[in-house]
Amino acid sequence: MKPNDVILHSVTKVAVFIILTFSIYLFFGGHHNPGGGFIGGLSVASGLVLLYLTFDIETVRRNIPVDFKKVAAFGVLIAIFTGASSLLFDKPFLNQAFGYFNLPIFGKTELATAVLFDVGVALAVIGTAVTIILSISEDG
Amino acid sequence: MSWLHLMIFIPFIFAIFVPFVYKWFSGKVHTGWFVLAAPLAVFLYLLKYIPSISKGETLRLDLQWMPSLGINYTAYIDGLSLIFGLLITGVGALVVLYSIYYMSKEREALHNFYVYMLLFMGAMLGLVISDNILVLYVFWELTSISSFLLIAYWYQRKNSRNGAQKSMLITIFGGLAMLAGMIMLSMMADTYSIREMYGHVNRITEHPLFLPAMILILLGAFTKSAQFPFSIWLPDAMEAPTPISAYLHSATMVKAGIYLVARFTPVFGGTSEWFWIVSCIGLITLMYGSVNAVNQKDLKGLLAYSTISQLGLIMSLLGIGSASLYFGYGDESTVYAFAVLAALFHLINHSTFKGSLFMIVGIIDHETGTRDIRKLGGLMSLMPISFTLTIIGSFAMAGLPPFNGFLSKEMFFTGVLTVFESPVFGMKSLSLLFPIIAWVASVFTFIYCMILVFKTFMGKHRPERLDKEAHEAPIGMLIPPIILSCLVIVIFFFPNIVSDHLLQPALTAVLPQFAGTGGIEVKITPWHGWSTELFMTLGVIGFGVLMYRSLKKWSPLYGYFPQALTLNGIYNHSLAGMERISLILTKQYMTGFVRDYLVYIFTFMIFLLGWSLWLSNDISFDLSNNAPIHLYEGGVILAMLIAALTVLFSKSRFTAIIAVGALGYLVSLFFVIFRAPDLALTQLVVETVTAALFLLCFYHLPELRKERSSIPFKLTNLLVSLGVGTVVTLIALSANNHRLFESISSYFEDSYTLAGAKNIVNAILVDFRGLDTMLEILVLCIAGLGVYTLIKLQLAGKEKK
Repeated sequence: MKPNDVILHSVTKVAVFIILTFSIYLFFGGHHNPGGGFIGGLSVASGLVLLYLTFDIETVRRNIPVDFKKVAAFGVLIAIFTGASSLLFDKPFLNQAFGYFNLPIFGKTELATAVLFDVGVALAVIGTAVTIILSISEDG
Repeated sequence: MSWLHLMIFIPFIFAIFVPFVYKWFSGKVHTGWFVLAAPLAVFLYLLKYIPSISKGETLRLDLQWMPSLGINYTAYIDGLSLIFGLLITGVGALVVLYSIYYMSKEREALHNFYVYMLLFMGAMLGLVISDNILVLYVFWELTSISSFLLIAYWYQRKNSRNGAQKSMLITIFGGLAMLAGMIMLSMMADTYSIREMYGHVNRITEHPLFLPAMILILLGAFTKSAQFPFSIWLPDAMEAPTPISAYLHSATMVKAGIYLVARFTPVFGGTSEWFWIVSCIGLITLMYGSVNAVNQKDLKGLLAYSTISQLGLIMSLLGIGSASLYFGYGDESTVYAFAVLAALFHLINHSTFKGSLFMIVGIIDHETGTRDIRKLGGLMSLMPISFTLTIIGSFAMAGLPPFNGFLSKEMFFTGVLTVFESPVFGMKSLSLLFPIIAWVASVFTFIYCMILVFKTFMGKHRPERLDKEAHEAPIGMLIPPIILSCLVIVIFFFPNIVSDHLLQPALTAVLPQFAGTGGIEVKITPWHGWSTELFMTLGVIGFGVLMYRSLKKWSPLYGYFPQALTLNGIYNHSLAGMERISLILTKQYMTGFVRDYLVYIFTFMIFLLGWSLWLSNDISFDLSNNAPIHLYEGGVILAMLIAALTVLFSKSRFTAIIAVGALGYLVSLFFVIFRAPDLALTQLVVETVTAALFLLCFYHLPELRKERSSIPFKLTNLLVSLGVGTVVTLIALSANNHRLFESISSYFEDSYTLAGAKNIVNAILVDFRGLDTMLEILVLCIAGLGVYTLIKLQLAGKEKK
């Protein structure tokens, strides 16, 4: 019997948008408010898991053609490279810098290398979580 | 980041691009042409240091790496590191050129080959230029690893794999011993810098750890330099492609041990232990190598044993020379310092003639299809250039004029005679042995050099025994050995150029007491009268010719040595024994049941934590300062208890999962109550994702059923769970009342000024404790890949069946 999951489908379509948007907010807010790379990444992963649960893996994979193993590896690479980049400025490994800039639309904004490092963390978390869940669910 | 640091990293940078170059240009251009630029550039760069170094200057450049731990990448160039640097890059460039013609661009996996080789080159450069012993150690192990990869380059062959394994086991064992020794040394001297250790020699010498540290460091040097009894890996390493043998196993890697001994001579030298251990091991190795080389049937095997023997020679000279430090500054000191000069001179000479000989053997192998002495012969007319080069190389090795080996061999004899004429450390009777062993070993050296020349190039040519029709090699392959052979002759005629510009500065690096005078007053000359050394050389030639003529009569003696007593026999037996014992041990505790492993983990945790609690004797708690517990908090705790109990007594897995999820959400509720929004958020999302994971996993598991298990099994589980619960509760309660260290939270409170972040938690994660986070995501990523490979590989396996 084919399960009747119209409600789930409809709710997911809306909810995923909210979850993903909120995750992005969490991620960028992390510098000054609760949030950050780890939480942001995890919530993106949970949103993706919801997608996978509602629709089947094949459908989602067609629409989001991303190899999450590569995402994880890429994240770690970003983290290491941002860490190593401080060596170029004669600073110790993983030294983070920040500064305040006047940007056209945002006005006075703080830009920090820590956020780049955080991107690496987030990508690693998303990649790993989705990889694990996909591998287990595809088995069997 | 200075130019010097950049130059050390050039090989690594090239190594990154090699696979891409190989991919884009494979089939059109040999990848080697691209790689050639790396050693050539560094070689030319290092040349520019010769003028200032020969004036007695040194150069020290810091690159901060982990300043808080005292670990910096300090590049230091003095005479010693310059000699090694030039050898590594110079011979490296020639070997790369040679390999372009040796390694076929159609058949071989060149991208692997050159990546390993560049890795090795960079590691070697870093090793000799680093001043920090921990950095030196990192590069040291990197050379072991890259050498392993290179020996196993033709990994389809069993011998290659075994040879690689043997070299790995032995050199890594030595490397670890060396690490222990270096840590001891840094504890004694309270610094990681070698140069700073020179200033604390007195404190180190009097320290009780002096001897252990010395022996451990020597273990590292001896395993790397293939000294007796660790020499067995070198002949097996000959399974590597010949360019690699020429590079690693003649000119560079095996010399790393020599470098280490020379570098630490100012720290340990001048004591009787160092003198005796280094010089005796060197002499034994010299004898062992040269005697065994005569019996080899494979040309590369012969060269391998001859390398062992030559390394022993250099090592013994360094040992003898260390006595110079004992005498301080004076006539006797200068006499012994001469031995160090001889060692450094022979080091350069050996690289030139042995490198060229290896390349020639590679040519013979390449053009005839065999390296077996019994099959070769009469190649003189077919390969005239190779023949000439072999004569130059092996006569230099045998110590004949007009080749550079003659000079350093004579200096070697002077060195051992010094021990006899002015003995040190109270062993008058034994000192006669030094010249005797040296002389006998030289006779054997002479014999195998003759074998190398005459058995391959003279006699009758028998084409039916060869796989290919023999002919001379292409010119590109001949150029590198020709350059090296030219050096062999040039150095003979102008030894003092080398001596003044390279050897004397290196000498002052090994024996710092000569630093003020800029070395010792010595002119190297081929002729210095009818001296004892000359008579010894004449004796070697005369006796060597006699022995070579009667080789057939006495060589069967080798067959009488029992196979089980050889070093290789012992190695094989102990390896098999270790595998057997570890298998038995592992089978004892690896049961294959997850529950058993959990018992191990938790028992260990109980004992470790409980024991440290007991030791610190701090199990006390005081609840008077705690905030009162509100009614709703009690309610949440009650709900948590119910959820936990539900997990225990639930009849289906589904209920259990939901109960675990509920427990997690309740915990996050607590985080909300105690105003930790970051934690609460994380806990919520983690719970959600893990609940999904659990559901997925349990989908594959069978239905939950009532388990019947024995009483002891249940009792163990009960004890373990009670123990874990008690210990964790005790720690949680006691932790609040004990401040073992001053709180560092005030530091984190400044996160806005320090890291520009208002969120302390995130500032800690990405900035203050960034290294932790980086390693955590690395672990996470590896775990994810682990799960992926476990499941996918299993699936692939199933499909095959």
